Amino acid sequence: MPQYMTFQPKPYRPRMSAYWYLDQWHYLRYALRESSSFFVAYFCVITLIQIAALKAGPTHYAHFQALMRCPVVIVVNAFALIFILLHAVTWFLLVPRVALRQMLNKPTPDLIASAPNFMVWFGATVIVALFILGVF
Amino acid sequence: MADTIILEVERFHPERDTEPSYQSFEVPLRADWMVLDALNYIKDQLDGSLTFRWSCRMGICGSCGMMINGVPKLTCETLLTNFAPGPVRVGPLDHFPVVKDLVVEMDDFMAKLQKVRPWIVRKDDFEPQREFIQTPAQLEAFHQFSLCINCTLCYAACPVSGLDSNFIGPAAIALAHRYNLDSRDQGQEDRLDIISQHEGIWDCTVVGECSVVCPKGVDPSLAIQQYKLTATKEWFKSFLLPRGKN
Amino acid sequence: MSSAKRSNEPIVWFLFGVGGFFAAYFLPIHIALYGLAFPLGLAADPGYDKTYALLQNPLTRIYLAVLLTFCFFHAAHRIRLTLSDILNMRHLNTILAFVCYGGAIAGTVCALWMLAVVH
Repeated sequence: MPQYMTFQPKPYRPRMSAYWYLDQWHYLRYALRESSSFFVAYFCVITLIQIAALKAGPTHYAHFQALMRCPVVIVVNAFALIFILLHAVTWFLLVPRVALRQMLNKPTPDLIASAPNFMVWFGATVIVALFILGVF
Repeated sequence: MADTIILEVERFHPERDTEPSYQSFEVPLRADWMVLDALNYIKDQLDGSLTFRWSCRMGICGSCGMMINGVPKLTCETLLTNFAPGPVRVGPLDHFPVVKDLVVEMDDFMAKLQKVRPWIVRKDDFEPQREFIQTPAQLEAFHQFSLCINCTLCYAACPVSGLDSNFIGPAAIALAHRYNLDSRDQGQEDRLDIISQHEGIWDCTVVGECSVVCPKGVDPSLAIQQYKLTATKEWFKSFLLPRGKN
Repeated sequence: MSSAKRSNEPIVWFLFGVGGFFAAYFLPIHIALYGLAFPLGLAADPGYDKTYALLQNPLTRIYLAVLLTFCFFHAAHRIRLTLSDILNMRHLNTILAFVCYGGAIAGTVCALWMLAVVH
């Protein structure tokens, strides 16, 4: 007949704080990185509006350009640019090394995977800029 | 440099307390001491009831993981003078139930580890007459992920582990990946059934803290993202070739 | 063990992954020019006619269609995870999925419909 304890001590189960991401700088950095997604969605919507304005005619496009000149919109766009740059840099430092490790099947220096992506980014930026500015 | 340093240690007695509290101890600040030495000093000289796990004191057994100033570390590898003038907060590993003081319940982790079958799985009846031959390249493929000492610092660092207790977690997935990459293993399909569920790799949001705190350089985050690539490839294959494997 | 137990998340993760690359490569210059440089006068706005001619080009429209589709799904997936983990809405997971991926689908449909025909 097994001997049972008369008192069953219960382990303490801590609850995770709702503001856990403020506890460590690394967690806050992660939260900021992820919040870039809101700005990605925001600028995609702006682009949709821009396409609609283009299709509707010069007066509507002038309205769109005036909207872009609003101080509030400019501030939001500035934040959007900062956050999307944060996304791009963290993405290129984190993601390509996974595919490279998968392909080569051995540890590789992270820079070998990241560097080509930064170069493609630079190239893409230049080409798209030239198209947008009407050089082509 | 001062002679002593204050350690604020989290105490919890399961029969007396409903919540943990902090108790301060003044310990000598010796240049060659690790935080583990300070804890042993407390237990030997100041309060014998302080309860904590430790064993090898050289960073290989994985027993002495604790939260030091909010960061999970192996106390046997953490130099005390790094925190001078102090105080230093020492607590049990986050995201685990606390049994007493600095000791946490590891049953959940052990169960998760077993679920992913972290051993060589053979599908055939092959009885090797001698050891399996492996080239250095084949060893290099999985060697990094085999360094895991099951210290569970990664679980303490991972916020998803805290938010979802069903998340299989960094170490278990890294070890499953280690065996998948092993040329002797044939268990990829079985492990994928467990791993490619929501509580497996798909719960991971690439915070990356697991790899930052790992004392052995296992990089479980890399293992998880690699596994996502593998699982996605298999998903597309099963979608496009639904009649299954030959 | 049947493979029916495996999650269907790979497809959203794939869209998220590809979208992450596209957003990183192409969105910064779009924002820099259309969102900041042109409105602030830092660079000469090419004007309605040139921009409209650019839009008429089928290659531009394919580029925009692909870019917007993948970026919407990338953002949707990440926003869903941010709301779930960082803003503690994990218990509303199904609703979040509907809203986020539904929004991405709506955005994609809108983009494809507008870009399909440009006279």
